[in-house]
Amino acid sequence: MNTPPYSQFQATLAITRASLKSIFRSPSAVIFSLMFPLIFIVVFGFIGGGNISVDVGFDKTSDTTNVLYKILAGENSGVNLVTYPTAAEMTADLKKGNTAAIISILPIDNLKDGKVKVNLQLCDASGRNGKIFQSQLNAIISTVNSMGTPIADMKIQMNQPTEIKGRAYKSIDFILPGQLGFSLLASGVFGTAFVFFSLRQTLVLKRFFATPIKRSGIIIGEAIARLIFAMMGSMVIILIGRFAFGFTLIHGFTTFLNMIALSALGLIVFMGFGFVVSGLAKNESSIPPFANLITMPQFLLAGTFFSIQNFPHWLQYVSYALPLTYLNDAMRKIAFEGAGLWDVHHQILIVVLWGVGIYLLAIKVFRWE
Amino acid sequence: MNPSKTIISVKELVKSYGTLPAVKGISFEVYEGEIFGLLGPNGAGKTTTLEIMETLRSKTSGEVLINGLNVDTHPQEIKKIIGVQLQAAGYYPGLTLLELMQLFSGLYNRKINKMEMLAAVGLQDKAKAKHKELSGGQKQRFSIATTLINNPKIIFLDEPTTGLDPQARRNLWDLIRQIRDNGTTVVITTHYMDEAENLCDRVGVIESGKIIAMDTPDKLIDNLIASGFERKKEVKKANLEDVFLSLTGKEWKDE
Ligand SMILES: Nc1ncnc2c1ncn2[C@@H]1O[C@H](COP(=O)(O)OP(=O)(O)OP(=O)(O)O)[C@@H](O)[C@H]1O
Ligand SMILES: [Mg+2]
Repeated sequence: MNTPPYSQFQATLAITRASLKSIFRSPSAVIFSLMFPLIFIVVFGFIGGGNISVDVGFDKTSDTTNVLYKILAGENSGVNLVTYPTAAEMTADLKKGNTAAIISILPIDNLKDGKVKVNLQLCDASGRNGKIFQSQLNAIISTVNSMGTPIADMKIQMNQPTEIKGRAYKSIDFILPGQLGFSLLASGVFGTAFVFFSLRQTLVLKRFFATPIKRSGIIIGEAIARLIFAMMGSMVIILIGRFAFGFTLIHGFTTFLNMIALSALGLIVFMGFGFVVSGLAKNESSIPPFANLITMPQFLLAGTFFSIQNFPHWLQYVSYALPLTYLNDAMRKIAFEGAGLWDVHHQILIVVLWGVGIYLLAIKVFRWE
Repeated sequence: MNPSKTIISVKELVKSYGTLPAVKGISFEVYEGEIFGLLGPNGAGKTTTLEIMETLRSKTSGEVLINGLNVDTHPQEIKKIIGVQLQAAGYYPGLTLLELMQLFSGLYNRKINKMEMLAAVGLQDKAKAKHKELSGGQKQRFSIATTLINNPKIIFLDEPTTGLDPQARRNLWDLIRQIRDNGTTVVITTHYMDEAENLCDRVGVIESGKIIAMDTPDKLIDNLIASGFERKKEVKKANLEDVFLSLTGKEWKDE
């Protein structure tokens, strides 16, 4: 009998196809990777921001001897003055909508009119925060002018705001990348752990072992199926975000592709956690606690819902040790700062390092039988 | 059948699970083109022996050659030429039988007529049913169908008729004979002596990890009679199985 040499590739693809069908028919897989993220997006999308004080870029060269500065810098002004090393960075932050406005207070020109002059720059990226600050400032100026004392002759006038063309920063733009990251984590950890555990338990793996496919082929076949499924999930999340909630894809399709590429990396790393869990779990019911131990802290601390900057310092150290933090960070930079993959190579590197570590562990604890 | 040609040779096979010896140095040969039965009580070591031959379990010592290939050095090559029905095995529960056949066709790198293979075990009507929707006996039959995909030189069947109704059992015997007649060697375990007597060209009896008898069923029976054994009661011309078969017909039963 003359048969062509055995192709591991063909066998691996057969597993991928079968596994993919199997995943699509399993309701829990669909719920984990699609329903949960979408529900969170909807819920948190409606809750929105609720800022206590607005951040305002403050020009370092400003005159800080006048009363206006004292009011703005005062504790209960509702304004948080932020200074930057360079003017370019300050403008960049305004364009991203990270600050509501940029304010610079010019020194009093006694020779001319003896009035304090204020330059205000706004940008539509900051949405209503810029407008709120403008009206706050107007109110302060008219109050100071009407007080008369002790600097009676000081007049403040406001220059026409310079509208810098930026873009709208919506809460979906913050929430979606985080949800995407978390859905990858959940799908990677839970999906992989359950699948390999149950394939082992139900002796599906044993039957595979009786065929000429190599063990690596079985793992790769299953992993590719999960990858394809999760990437389809990511695409659906991004597209629903884009068309139903107005999620911004700065560079359009390029940004979309970058997000998918980053999703793939994240999923591969998180699947490593899943392999570890399936290896360590003694029975089916010990998988969820194990998996939660890995996903929950990252869910809460990796900037999925809340910006890490809001955490106390000691907690931030924890946050900056988690792989999802870097994935979320990179995802946001790509999604709403329009960064390319190279611009986030630092974050990618850390995620990859986590991947190397976790797969080394997975090789140690993974069990076939 | 070519009784002179050995296709499987097992020499001094020992298998211990921890300190428990399950197989204690058994040796036997299987000839090309025969149906070889391994008989023995529960826990005798049949599955262990079979799965070592199938390269699915490691052995403690001894030598096992399958079609001249050593299980230690050529497991992948062996897997290509054998078909395996495990005493306990699973399949993706949510996939249909056709999809599962497709999967195994890929795993063995063989193009197959899926429908024909399912029909061989009477499951053509269940082709689009999911595996989890099959009855126990139907699952067993499906498992047997997967052993034939790679047109193997040898098939191993571990209690293939356990859980089958009498019709399916008889039809399976026919199928197994047909497979043998096409030149495939069959190694089978069973707890049913009528099955061994009807089907097997030779049988080996294992007890507590040792082979205690090996010959053709006829020879073993003759030996026993020669030793003066007599049945307590003369059997009737028919038994309950004949009654059942005459009541329910000989075809594969599917619902
Ligand atoms: N994985 C295992 N770990 C430890 N002991 C095992 C294992 N598998 C089998 N054994 C033991 O080895 C002995 C032989 O088991 P085996 O499954 O080979 O028996 P068998 O002849 O196939 O029995 P049955 O007719 O019940 O299928 C038994 O005592 C069993 O308890
Ligand atoms: Mg057994």
